[in-house]
Amino acid sequence: MTNLAFLIPIALLMGAAGLAAFFWAMRSGQYEDMDGAAARILIDEEDAEQ
Amino acid sequence: MNTLAATPIIAEEAKSTTRFTVPGMRCAGCIAKLERELPKVAGVNTARVNFSAKRVAIEHDAGLHEDDLIKALLNLGFEAQQVEDNPLGQEAGERKRLMRALGVAGFGMMNVMLLSVSIWSGAEGATRDLFHWLSALIAMPVIAYAGRPFFASAWMAIKHGRTNMDVPISIGVVLATALSLYETITGGPHAYFESAVMLLFFLLAGRALDAEMRTRTRAEIGALLGRMGKSASVIGPDGTARRVPARELEPGMLVLVAAGEALAADGEVEHGASSIDNSMLTGESAPERIGVGSEIHAGAINIAAPIQIRLTRTADDTAIAEIARLMDEAGQSRSQYVRIADRASRLYAPVVHALAALAFVGWMIAGAGWHQSLVIAIAVLIITCPCAMGLAVPTAQVVASGALLKRGLLVKDGSALERLAEVDVALFDKTGTLTLGEPRADIAALDEEARGIALALAQSSRHPLSKGLALTLREAGAAPATLSDISEQSGQGIRGQWNGVTVALERPDDAGEALATALLIGDDSHVLRFTDPMRSDCAPTLSHLAKHGVDASILSGDRNAPVQRVANQLSIPFAAEASPQDKLSALTALKDAGGRPLMVGDGLNDGPALAAAHASIAPGTASDASQQAADAVFIGEKLFPVALAIQVARRTMVIVRQNFGFAIGYNVLAVPLALFGYVTPLIAAIAMSVSSLIVVANSLRLASSANGDAR
Repeated sequence: MTNLAFLIPIALLMGAAGLAAFFWAMRSGQYEDMDGAAARILIDEEDAEQ
Repeated sequence: MNTLAATPIIAEEAKSTTRFTVPGMRCAGCIAKLERELPKVAGVNTARVNFSAKRVAIEHDAGLHEDDLIKALLNLGFEAQQVEDNPLGQEAGERKRLMRALGVAGFGMMNVMLLSVSIWSGAEGATRDLFHWLSALIAMPVIAYAGRPFFASAWMAIKHGRTNMDVPISIGVVLATALSLYETITGGPHAYFESAVMLLFFLLAGRALDAEMRTRTRAEIGALLGRMGKSASVIGPDGTARRVPARELEPGMLVLVAAGEALAADGEVEHGASSIDNSMLTGESAPERIGVGSEIHAGAINIAAPIQIRLTRTADDTAIAEIARLMDEAGQSRSQYVRIADRASRLYAPVVHALAALAFVGWMIAGAGWHQSLVIAIAVLIITCPCAMGLAVPTAQVVASGALLKRGLLVKDGSALERLAEVDVALFDKTGTLTLGEPRADIAALDEEARGIALALAQSSRHPLSKGLALTLREAGAAPATLSDISEQSGQGIRGQWNGVTVALERPDDAGEALATALLIGDDSHVLRFTDPMRSDCAPTLSHLAKHGVDASILSGDRNAPVQRVANQLSIPFAAEASPQDKLSALTALKDAGGRPLMVGDGLNDGPALAAAHASIAPGTASDASQQAADAVFIGEKLFPVALAIQVARRTMVIVRQNFGFAIGYNVLAVPLALFGYVTPLIAAIAMSVSSLIVVANSLRLASSANGDAR
């Protein structure tokens, strides 16, 4: 049962890290242009300056 | 680096960022073209495209003027319009709040479920108590944060003495949390934290989808807006012209109106002669000749030659502003519409709350004691908490509006879909609605060579007739000829050199009333006449509407003769020469007689009628005000999306009712279990997720509702 003392905080920390990553992604605008992201992958990078 | 919102305005290097809406971008190629070619323009630093919002943010030297950027965009083949501020900011904010709440609820749900599964698997004694306490520690803040949208809405409803879906949801969540907390403190066996958090997660998913759909369609509509006179060139006493925004115009100012420009205020012609297109204001499609002394109104488009106008009425005094006031008043009745989810909850909430009370009283009488009776009553509330109910409407509407979006119909929100499903009679405006509202040329007389020359000339001009001609020619498959020395003189025409021959598009000498242009090739002259053709699928659309029991008629501000011609062609009744007030009263009369009219119109003169109708649709070429008043906007040259909207809206309501049926059926099965005290947290969690999944799966059937049997 002492395992729980480690495992539960680890599980919570991992969950919190996921939540923090989600918040960061939202704040930095990763979800602003979903259609654009889908289309951009089709752009050839001939003169890749982006 | 994907963001537009956070793009800073870098002041220290005298750079500034200007945003433009570019409705023409359609594919990855457009993104690449804009982002690669724009920085090659002198003074432009970077360009970043937001494809979803159809916008481009250009970072450029502060000295570079917006008009130069618009010209640069036009050279790349994109029409663009500067975006003043961020009209979507508020809704984007709401969507973000919901997404954050969804993230928090998801985090809480996963962790609480982890602990709950161990309890269900048989954890006992101190371990169970520890897990309950941990669950409580996670769930309480999560519920407080993620539940806010529901609590706030429920509180607002109760404060106004009404009830909506959020009231039973909030009561259920709060009571489940309170009971679980009590169980945790007293070391009892059952805590319902995971049910409360899961309920919030599912419901937030529905809300977030709903908000996503609204921001998406509004972004598309926003890209269509802004083509009307928002500013004017005011001529100062020293003869120089400067752009002044519409709201800063004052009576007495002298304004230069270029050919093709829309007027931003009412005024009197002081210098020059031209013809104007008044169709936005009156529905009259034929251009009106004007000369010195003629009075013209805001919203009119000057189509022939530049004129100077002395403003008489501006801002809130214009004829347009009067129409806006009518629209405001007419729109009042629509805000009183009660959505189906709220109507359902008016029946639903009293029933489940009465059931819970009954369970409590029944078990008290049976001698079960305070604690157990209360636990059972709250279990009834938890099991009936309208998880599937809350998802029944938004999931169906989101899927349906996504399907309609693909077919060129932008529905603004779920309430619009509900009202579209209920219409029983349709009124169509003529100009711009049944017809294209754009002049199309009769090019039958031109040979291949002449077509190429005409296209090369027409596409170099921004005159409305040239645009119409270019469009007609491109549709006919013409390829532009190579011309040199192209020059355009406003009001005169456009000319150029082709293999050493002078070619031109000019105003014909005998233009008369009809719209026409003369194509000169050397000494040859062809007169091209323009008409405003009907949308190609008017008849099938109307018959499709009739099949759904919706009778159509025409309600137009245009003259009697042309309206009658169109009405006879489609064999539907008509009313012509209707003023905006007439249209409004026609709609009101229909509503008073118990009808649920659908108004389809584009002009400003349709605005009050669009706002007053039970539901309304405007074409993408409509005036800003009309698009904002309408429930839905259709894009393209086909009228069929209108019929499709009704069909899909009705199909959606069928699915919504089925979803309600599932939710109620589930309750009929689950409530007896709860009433007799057999519900454990495990059963509640399973019942809740299964019923939600069934409802979502049923809603997904709508994905193909706009295809298949469309015709």
